[in-house]
Amino acid sequence: MISRLLKLNGGVHPPEHKLESTSRGIAAVPLAQTLVLPLRQHVGNLPKILVQPGEHVLKGQQLAEAVGSISAAVHAPTSGVIVSIEDQLIPHPSGLPDVSITLKADGEDRWMERKPVDWRNTERLQLVAGLRESGIVGMGGAAFPTQIKLRPGGGSGIKTLIINGAECEPYITCDDVLMRERADEIVKGIVIANYILAPERIIVGIEDNKPEAVQAMREACAKSDVRMDVIVVPTLYPSGDARRLAAILTGIEVPSDKRSSDAGLQVFNVATMMALYRYLELGETVVSRIVTVTGNVARPGNFEVPLGTPMGTLLEAAGGTLPNTNELIMGGPMMGFSLPSNDVPVIKATNCIIAGAPLLFPAPPPALACIRCARCAEACPVSLQPQELYWFAKSQNLEKAREYNLFDCIECGCCSYVCPSNIPLVQYYRFAKSEIIAQDKAKEAANLARERNEFRLSRIEREKQERAAKHAQRAAGAKAENAGDTSDADEAKKVAIAAAMERAKAQKEEAPPKNTDNISETAQAEIAAIDARRAEQKNAEQEN
Amino acid sequence: MLAAVLVMLVLALMLGLVLGYSAIRFKVEGDPLVGKIDAILPQTQCGQCGYPGCKPYATAIANGEADINQCPPGGEAGMRALADLLGVEPRPMNEEHGVSKPKSVAVIDENVCIGCTLCIQACPVDAILGAAKHMHTVIASECTGCELCVAPCPVDCIVMVPLQESVANWKWRYPVHTIKQVA
Repeated sequence: MISRLLKLNGGVHPPEHKLESTSRGIAAVPLAQTLVLPLRQHVGNLPKILVQPGEHVLKGQQLAEAVGSISAAVHAPTSGVIVSIEDQLIPHPSGLPDVSITLKADGEDRWMERKPVDWRNTERLQLVAGLRESGIVGMGGAAFPTQIKLRPGGGSGIKTLIINGAECEPYITCDDVLMRERADEIVKGIVIANYILAPERIIVGIEDNKPEAVQAMREACAKSDVRMDVIVVPTLYPSGDARRLAAILTGIEVPSDKRSSDAGLQVFNVATMMALYRYLELGETVVSRIVTVTGNVARPGNFEVPLGTPMGTLLEAAGGTLPNTNELIMGGPMMGFSLPSNDVPVIKATNCIIAGAPLLFPAPPPALACIRCARCAEACPVSLQPQELYWFAKSQNLEKAREYNLFDCIECGCCSYVCPSNIPLVQYYRFAKSEIIAQDKAKEAANLARERNEFRLSRIEREKQERAAKHAQRAAGAKAENAGDTSDADEAKKVAIAAAMERAKAQKEEAPPKNTDNISETAQAEIAAIDARRAEQKNAEQEN
Repeated sequence: MLAAVLVMLVLALMLGLVLGYSAIRFKVEGDPLVGKIDAILPQTQCGQCGYPGCKPYATAIANGEADINQCPPGGEAGMRALADLLGVEPRPMNEEHGVSKPKSVAVIDENVCIGCTLCIQACPVDAILGAAKHMHTVIASECTGCELCVAPCPVDCIVMVPLQESVANWKWRYPVHTIKQVA
């Protein structure tokens, strides 16, 4: 299949460091004693907790259910007892704790009853609705709930389904080894996605630095009834970004204010496809993922890790960290972030853990002044003007930064990588972005407060007027009575008084029953006897 | 000569008609400046500025009756935005109207609340829920942190709790350059 690939604007070629972790196959990790499952493992609403501390759960059981449209469920990665539900450190750049479920493994690793879905004979909408309980999110690291992207809505309008196996960031190899070893499962997942979305074409995009994966995927695709093309793209960071890859493969640039699906494209990571296959054909919810452990460790490699496993356990499986390790990075060296501790758990977005050392990642030299060389603009894969954005972010001229399309920045770090002045450009953009988001939120809250305040004032005004109207009415009535010139009012009053007297009379007649009315005969006899005695006594007193 | 005068007169007449028509047709209701100022104000409705709400303060600024530095919740940034809008020099915040505090929400100690409804009447944004002789509670997401409910409470069961930083509202910090010490 000959297809002309679009050349990516910009991009960089950082040292790959992928060989270290691909020499070994996917290995298992010993089951940790305690697993911590943060509720915030995906983009969107926090899921609602379904379990309580002390409850025994089975592997794959749903612990928290999706809330609202953009949300994902959380499942038990092994069988055991829920120990606590409280704030714990999570892998997040903030280093702050967040709500997590702690599970103590019972060591049996017993699955719940797995219910495969007969997806070929199930209505598509129903199938996608069922995915809310699967816990599947984008496994490439973005962690966007997959059921949203699979929503078919009749004719899905998806013309090209793109499967992302590019994996462009240095050090990370989890998708590479997954394609080498489990190409069949990935292809089965693609077949399901093909059934749901019914695209005209399916493309699997893989970078040319993964020949083994390309080979394995080509063989697996050839065996399938559904036609899918494996296309090799030149290695260039960041061609693994969903929109970049889509542009390279199809030549379609998705406008920044539109979704890929609006342009007839949908992009899924290879691991997401495998998760889809496992959920629908095996009935297995998302309880584990492949994680690359590399950098300053004794035996770098890829591991199938139950979610919630502490990073420490994972590092031990890789032979432990070597001396001089000074930090732990989740994600790649370009887009990853430092973890606050070795105890934070593996989550659905954890694709790679790099043990950092001064030799591997030397501390950046101090930033110098921008010399306006525009190398960052040449490297920017989304054709922004990083040097301008830098000025605006640095001077906190946020509106201007927004005008210069700050929110199109994919934070790939190419600009920082090429900057001869060592300016941490991406950090500035991240700062500006989160500041703008916070301001927008505050603005929204202010608008809501204004609305509520205005409503309250108008309500108070209305009540006041109503009261005034009532008073006026009453005053008018009183005046009429005083004047006594309207016989109608007098007549009405007389009738009303008569009616009231009638009612009082009726009430009197219908006197309330005495408490002596409904009692037994013996009691009545007793009362009679007492009355008789009293009368006798009275008589006697009178006689005396 | 006469022709030129006539042309000018006719032109003036036509333009005058167009202007007169558009003055009626495109008349702007209310003072747009008040709306612009009101959009900058934080809508806390706390009254610390000396006016009974953000809109009255905005009106007062627009009429030149109030200064731009009387809104503590808006803080320095709000004052600068107002100075920008009105084309005046920024000036230091007026401490008489209180100092800027981190955003807080009111929390009612539900064990102590006697259900007097005084706080409900004080709340400018209807963020307190309850009925007479029944426990009251604050809808945290609607609370602007104006503190107006604190004073009326006869049993002092309302406290202002500053918002904590969490994963949901965390922000990336401004990149700090470490400066090397040179002997």
